[in-house]
Amino acid sequence: MFKILEKRVFSPIIKEMVIEAPRVAKKCQPGQFVILRIDDAGERIPLTIADFDREKGTITIVYQEVGKTTKQLGAMEAGDYLKDFVGPLGTPSHIENFGTVICVGGGVGVAPVFPIARALKEAGNHVIGIMGSRTKELMFWEDKMREACTELFVTTDDGSYVRKGFVTDVLKEIIEERGKENIAMVLAIGPQPMMRACCNVTKEYGVKTIVSLNALMVDGTGMCGCCRVTVGGKTRFVCVDGPEFDGHEVDFAELARRGATFRAEEQRAMEHHTCQCGCGGGK
Amino acid sequence: MAEKKQIIPEKHPMPAQDPVERAHNFNEVALGYDEETAVAEAQRCLQCKKEPCRQGCPVEVLIPQFIKLVAERDFAGAIRKIKEKNALPAVCGRVCPQENQCEKYCTMGKKYQPVAIGRLERFCADWELARGVEAPAVAPPTGFKVAIVGSGPSGLTCAADLAKKGHDVTIFEALHVAGGVLMYGIPEFRLPKKVVQAEVENLKKLGVHIETNAVVGKFATVDELMEEEGFDAVYIGTGAGLPHFMGIPGENSCGVYSANEFLTRTNLMKAYCFPECDTPIKVGKKVAVLGGGNVAMDGARTALRLGAEESWIVYRRSEKELPARHEEVEHAIEEGVKFALLTSPTEIIADENGWVKAMRCIKYELGEPDASGRCRPVPIEGSEFTMEVDTVVVAIGQGPNPLVPRTTKGLELGKKGNIVANLETGATSKPGVYAGGDVVTGAATVILAMGAGRVAANSIHDYLMNKNK
Ligand SMILES: Cc1cc2nc3c(=O)[nH]c(=O)nc-3n(C[C@H](O)[C@H](O)[C@H](O)COP(=O)(O)OP(=O)(O)OC[C@H]3O[C@@H](n4cnc5c(N)ncnc54)[C@H](O)[C@@H]3O)c2cc1C
Ligand SMILES: Cc1cc2nc3c(=O)[nH]c(=O)nc-3n(C[C@H](O)[C@H](O)[C@H](O)COP(=O)(O)OP(=O)(O)OC[C@H]3O[C@@H](n4cnc5c(N)ncnc54)[C@H](O)[C@@H]3O)c2cc1C
Ligand code: SF4
Ligand code: SF4
Ligand code: FES
Ligand SMILES: [Mg+2]
Repeated sequence: MFKILEKRVFSPIIKEMVIEAPRVAKKCQPGQFVILRIDDAGERIPLTIADFDREKGTITIVYQEVGKTTKQLGAMEAGDYLKDFVGPLGTPSHIENFGTVICVGGGVGVAPVFPIARALKEAGNHVIGIMGSRTKELMFWEDKMREACTELFVTTDDGSYVRKGFVTDVLKEIIEERGKENIAMVLAIGPQPMMRACCNVTKEYGVKTIVSLNALMVDGTGMCGCCRVTVGGKTRFVCVDGPEFDGHEVDFAELARRGATFRAEEQRAMEHHTCQCGCGGGK
Repeated sequence: MAEKKQIIPEKHPMPAQDPVERAHNFNEVALGYDEETAVAEAQRCLQCKKEPCRQGCPVEVLIPQFIKLVAERDFAGAIRKIKEKNALPAVCGRVCPQENQCEKYCTMGKKYQPVAIGRLERFCADWELARGVEAPAVAPPTGFKVAIVGSGPSGLTCAADLAKKGHDVTIFEALHVAGGVLMYGIPEFRLPKKVVQAEVENLKKLGVHIETNAVVGKFATVDELMEEEGFDAVYIGTGAGLPHFMGIPGENSCGVYSANEFLTRTNLMKAYCFPECDTPIKVGKKVAVLGGGNVAMDGARTALRLGAEESWIVYRRSEKELPARHEEVEHAIEEGVKFALLTSPTEIIADENGWVKAMRCIKYELGEPDASGRCRPVPIEGSEFTMEVDTVVVAIGQGPNPLVPRTTKGLELGKKGNIVANLETGATSKPGVYAGGDVVTGAATVILAMGAGRVAANSIHDYLMNKNK
């Protein structure tokens, strides 16, 4: 059992939790993730390690409530326990001094970007952060990102905070302004359409772009093949070969199709949850 | 036993759930002998002096001896006798390919049907489980710590043997429950999960620590377990869990599962209870399972239980070459699984939403026998045809998961990524590190994996005791 030590509510659908998991905290690196299961009837869901404290033996997760399991998680409180919490999974981000890198976090994707940006800066990079969300209410960790990045740009789709526009607008501006030859790499993490759009922008300029893929997963150890995706014409397993890949090589259309495999069932699970479960997850 | 006894030519039939009914539920198919049937079956045994049956059993279960005790109604004595050699009789009695092992060599089988050794073994184990298992004696603590990586039959056996010898044993398991393929692969209707968990509980009674959610190679490497966590020896029993795919176009379409995914969702995650259990699975009307082994049979039978109208085994060779246990093939046929033999897909075709709608297939004929003695299937030119299916389960085999092999320094690996270990001792190229089961041999059987665990436990014990001096 894994204890929830802290909970913070950023918005009605975005929450942060600090989990006691010393084994995971001891070895985890930026870019890795965990898989958790709430209870005996629960499914295994992957969440990125958004922060960690090796001394305290804790892992921070930030998640958006999009369906049954994340909603149920959102209804849990500090002091409650998760049944299973396994990690660190996946291949760590490649960290070295590349020069100038742009780290783009869209929506809840800001959370996974944070530890990578921090590590890149510590490695000597000039880190330009771009964070964006649909609206001000969904914005979080601006302070942490400001610390992790050398410069930070913030944008909202609806203009309710700082500036109006998409992260891709900002990305394009920065590449134009600084010159594509001065940008060693772009890292983009967020919803699939956002990562895809970022890749389209950077492809034009020929700037290498790393994305972190959120394929469907079950075990997360390379055993089931559920997370497979075509990258550069080859089938790769996101959970062990990734989650980070060269975004210009990823077959995003396939990723999106496979990600929707259980849409109808997920809907049913949600309905079942809100009509019968006493945990308060539903409206 | 009486000298001149009446010969009963056939095995006592195994009571089983009705095929029509069971094809739609996940309850165990084979119901087990009752006491009277078990005794009567045991009386068929000729008590052969040369014990040919024992030679067919990879762990040399004391077969005539335990069967004699069953015939004498000393069931407690019988199970004790079995357990001298076999740590998981409730499992082996159910899933061993007996027709190729113990029963193949049974004298009765020369003229009549062999003695139902597996069924008797299962009977004894179930008899004991129903009454509560007596905890075996544990030697005084030796002060040595041993880590077991993986909790499949191989790791479980190695752990039990080492614990009995007084070592402090910890099992590290990547998944959230212990049992390996016995939990995530072999379906409930063939091996109830409570039988497996009862065995795991017995291990805990021996003092074995089990850490689930612990992926070795991630939270710690084998080297770190030894250097930082003070383990004096390590046994690697991580199995062959890496799913192989065909490598044909369209294989990443929605509705194409590896057998591991299909079975894991169903068994380990209990997708058959969805939405009471959260993990979904989707099965269409017509399912094609590619392959002909136990895994394929399990996939095809599971598909029916999940509501498929038609479930097909698509296999490159003929019925004779099906590598699955006979009993599983028979059960599959009884339940309505259909067979497209001498057939193999060349392409999976998806609809406009990316979902499987058909397979291009080609017919095969059998050519000359190859090195393995099996006839090589040769494609027939111009025999391509289209098979409409909406779900495909790929069950063409598994390789060793590379995680532990890749992260352990100085471990010699074979061509297929398997760990090289001495089959007589379990020793690898790395001092203090032993390995066995599917990760060494490639996908094999439960009993072979157990046998390897036992062999390694003995070597590890010797290694530790010499280290002491
Ligand atoms: C490596 C990785 C890291 C992730 N990190 C984060 C994170 O830090 N924060 C965050 O909010 N989300 C993260 N996700 C996505 C998160 O796993 C899904 O939002 C979650 O599983 C949804 O579960 P649900 O039951 O609430 O929703 P559902 O209604 O069941 O699903 C909603 C959508 O989420 C996706 N999803 C569902 N089940 C799974 C699954 N088992 N594995 C992967 N995706 C699934 C599907 O696209 C689905 O359509 C990550 C995914 C991956 C693969
Ligand atoms: C569907 C199916 C049906 C089968 N039917 C039969 C049958 O009827 N009869 C028969 O005799 N055999 C059958 N087999 C084969 C048999 O199950 C295997 O040969 C046997 O389970 C191998 O045992 P093992 O201990 O080597 O490995 P496994 O049972 O594979 O167990 C390995 C364990 O190690 C864990 N692991 C892997 N990597 C790590 C890591 N890095 N850290 C921690 N843990 C890790 C895995 O999660 C797993 O739990 C079947 C196999 C399958 C898949
Ligand atoms: S363990 Fe398997 S092979 Fe050995 S006697 Fe029992 S059923 Fe037969
Ligand atoms: S070979 Fe058959 S008949 Fe002979 S002892 Fe063994 S089980 Fe009995
Ligand atoms: S999630 Fe199972 S192999 Fe990646
Ligand atoms: Mg869900």
